[in-house]
Amino acid sequence: MLDNSFYEKTDEILSKYPAQERSLIPIIHEIQETWNYIPVELLSYIAGKIGITETKAYSVASFYERFSFEAKGKYIIRVCDGTACHVRQSVPVLNRLREELGLSEKKHTTDDMLFTVETVSCLGACGLAPAMMVNDKVHPAMTPDKATALIKELKEEAAKE
Amino acid sequence: MNRIENFEELKKFHELFEAKIKNSPCRVLICAGTGCQAGGSAKIAERFNELAGTDANISVEFAPEAAGHPVGVRRTGCHGFCEMGPLVRIEPQGILYTKVKPEDCDEIFEKTIKNGEIIDRLIYKMDGKEYVKQEEIPFYAGQTRVVLKNCGHIDAEHIEEAIASGAYQALAHSLFDLTPDEVIEKILDSNLRGRGGGGFPAGKKWQQVARQAETVRYVVCNGDEGDPGAFMDRSIMEGDPHKMIEGMIIAAYAVGAHEGYIYVRAEYPLAVKRLQIAIKQATEAGLLGENILGSGFDFQLHINRGAGAFVCGEGSALTASIEGKRGMPRVKPPRTVEQGLFEKPTVLNNVETFANVPMIITNGADWFKGFGTEKSPGTKAFALTGSVKNTGLIEVPFGITPREIIFKIGGGIRNDKKFKAVQIGGPSGGCLTESQLDEPLDFDNVKKLGVIVGSGGLVVMDEDTCMVEVARFFMEFTHRESCGKCVPCREGTLRMLEILERIVAGQGEMEDIEKLRTLSDLIINTALCGLGKSAPLPVVSTLDNFLDEYEAHIKDKKCPAHVCQKLKQYIIDKEKCKACSKCARGCPVQAIHGAPKTPYEIDQSKCIKCGACIAACPFKAIYVA
Repeated sequence: MLDNSFYEKTDEILSKYPAQERSLIPIIHEIQETWNYIPVELLSYIAGKIGITETKAYSVASFYERFSFEAKGKYIIRVCDGTACHVRQSVPVLNRLREELGLSEKKHTTDDMLFTVETVSCLGACGLAPAMMVNDKVHPAMTPDKATALIKELKEEAAKE
Repeated sequence: MNRIENFEELKKFHELFEAKIKNSPCRVLICAGTGCQAGGSAKIAERFNELAGTDANISVEFAPEAAGHPVGVRRTGCHGFCEMGPLVRIEPQGILYTKVKPEDCDEIFEKTIKNGEIIDRLIYKMDGKEYVKQEEIPFYAGQTRVVLKNCGHIDAEHIEEAIASGAYQALAHSLFDLTPDEVIEKILDSNLRGRGGGGFPAGKKWQQVARQAETVRYVVCNGDEGDPGAFMDRSIMEGDPHKMIEGMIIAAYAVGAHEGYIYVRAEYPLAVKRLQIAIKQATEAGLLGENILGSGFDFQLHINRGAGAFVCGEGSALTASIEGKRGMPRVKPPRTVEQGLFEKPTVLNNVETFANVPMIITNGADWFKGFGTEKSPGTKAFALTGSVKNTGLIEVPFGITPREIIFKIGGGIRNDKKFKAVQIGGPSGGCLTESQLDEPLDFDNVKKLGVIVGSGGLVVMDEDTCMVEVARFFMEFTHRESCGKCVPCREGTLRMLEILERIVAGQGEMEDIEKLRTLSDLIINTALCGLGKSAPLPVVSTLDNFLDEYEAHIKDKKCPAHVCQKLKQYIIDKEKCKACSKCARGCPVQAIHGAPKTPYEIDQSKCIKCGACIAACPFKAIYVA
């Protein structure tokens, strides 16, 4: 069960949009930005509020790659594996990140909920290949060693907070 | 800014703002595109603002009513030369400083801005030549920047700068001097073709929408630039959002639409932010929303963010996504122009197409046809990436050859390697090889070569790229992004991917080539949407041009480019090996054997190609063949 604060915040988000099917995707975006994932209970709740079935809401939320039902880490690292990054060696960067954080193709988020490592088809930063994004910040011209240094830095930053 | 009530006022504001910029003694333009921001350009802008702020006579705000501010510090959109970023341009001299760091700002301010001195180490150098001015750098000199003209030269977050550059003049001209039919006529006459990949004439689309019996119509901009290796639209949205918005309003006026949507990738947060600012400012200025410029014409514009689905770049999938549904293409007809968004007639064009519209209205169809080729007039923005010296965003007239782009503008192949191919059109395109480098690039000629212009990604590949692996990479992409609605695409791409994975792992058979061709044929002819139909193209294209590489993988179990991990062989150099046994102890699968004082050997059948032995060897005796 989610506590009441989840529903209060969701009501606040819902109030910004007309109660129609077309509002579903923008609302899911905001839910995900608020909690870093989509709590399934809220999806049912939204469906009721905008007048669509639960299955419909679920079918939409599960279709899009960006939406996740699993809680994500504080730092979401999206390694670009677009063509330009791929030919400029993005895979070794991805492998190093997974190695450093004990993650794999199946396991995306660290147990301490600090890091999530995913791949993304293209960040549109091809001139700076290989690139990756940590939350909303783009990191250009990555190498495995730079990835290691960045993880260290982020861990220190998190420890300070 | 205050609401602009009519055409006359807009003209006055344009003159006023233009004069302010022209009379400004010095402007510092800092690239704030995604690329340069990643390189730290925000800190550079901050420092320049601090420096300018210490001088009481220097204002850094764009304040048209205040006189006498010698230095204006502006954050622009992408200059395109991402490789050399962060970039700082100093006007009026047109100096371009490259790879600027925050600690360079003080020196630039003291030397260049105050005293007009050039700082040698920050200017661009190539082949022993120095280039002070941006326009003289070969990367720029070879281009024809029309659509991207303002990108990097104006502050995208201030509508005053856009108005100074002439934005919304074409809109006002359309609203007050032209009928909707005359607008359509101009676009038809210019033969502006869709820049998103299809190349369908935009004027025809508009005409078909305008002719529908249904009076509720929509204008939708496709900013879901999903092709890996493409970022043209991102740069326009970030660098000159008003140009594209103006194009959309003109389209709306032409077809009688009063509501529009921009569908942008969620992976482009900066583009979303800049568009939001632009829409807000345009609405406040009376250039968008109700009663635009007092003409009585209304147009509301919304932004919808995508959610990471490549297939949403397809028209019917995109409109489904805006409607709040799964982004899956549907069977056509009815086409988008008949039943598009919310089942109403819809004009759907991409960002670059809309950005071309205002210039055509202002300068006329003949001016536009002065660029490019007869059947493909105008210019095209390309994202030049991969193994090329100067990567970045370029704009060139149609009809230019890949050789000019890669070797003149791009400066040739990185590390002076040998050119192998250039991939054009992303996952729906194919490769052009050495022998095709002098073919003119335009919609129709490129189609004859078996590839498509697509949205404009150009990924250059050198001798170190394995073409089979590239085909596998694209197939993995299209398979992952297949929406799953139709069987040919959902199952067919998976089967093709499995075959390619076998080949790169050294388990391919010669029949596989025939199977790939059969499957390609099947998918091309039976998939539901354009993305499915084009999914096999990278494979077909590499099979046609690089069959020898496929055969090397299958017959000789070798990867000629030494890329495919599973086909690599780790070998111990007998001369260098001192039989220390470190490699054998480091091997996780006991694949290395030897005796004291005789060189060690790797059992290839056991080796898992992990590279642990290379790391363990103190004599650098182990190499990859």
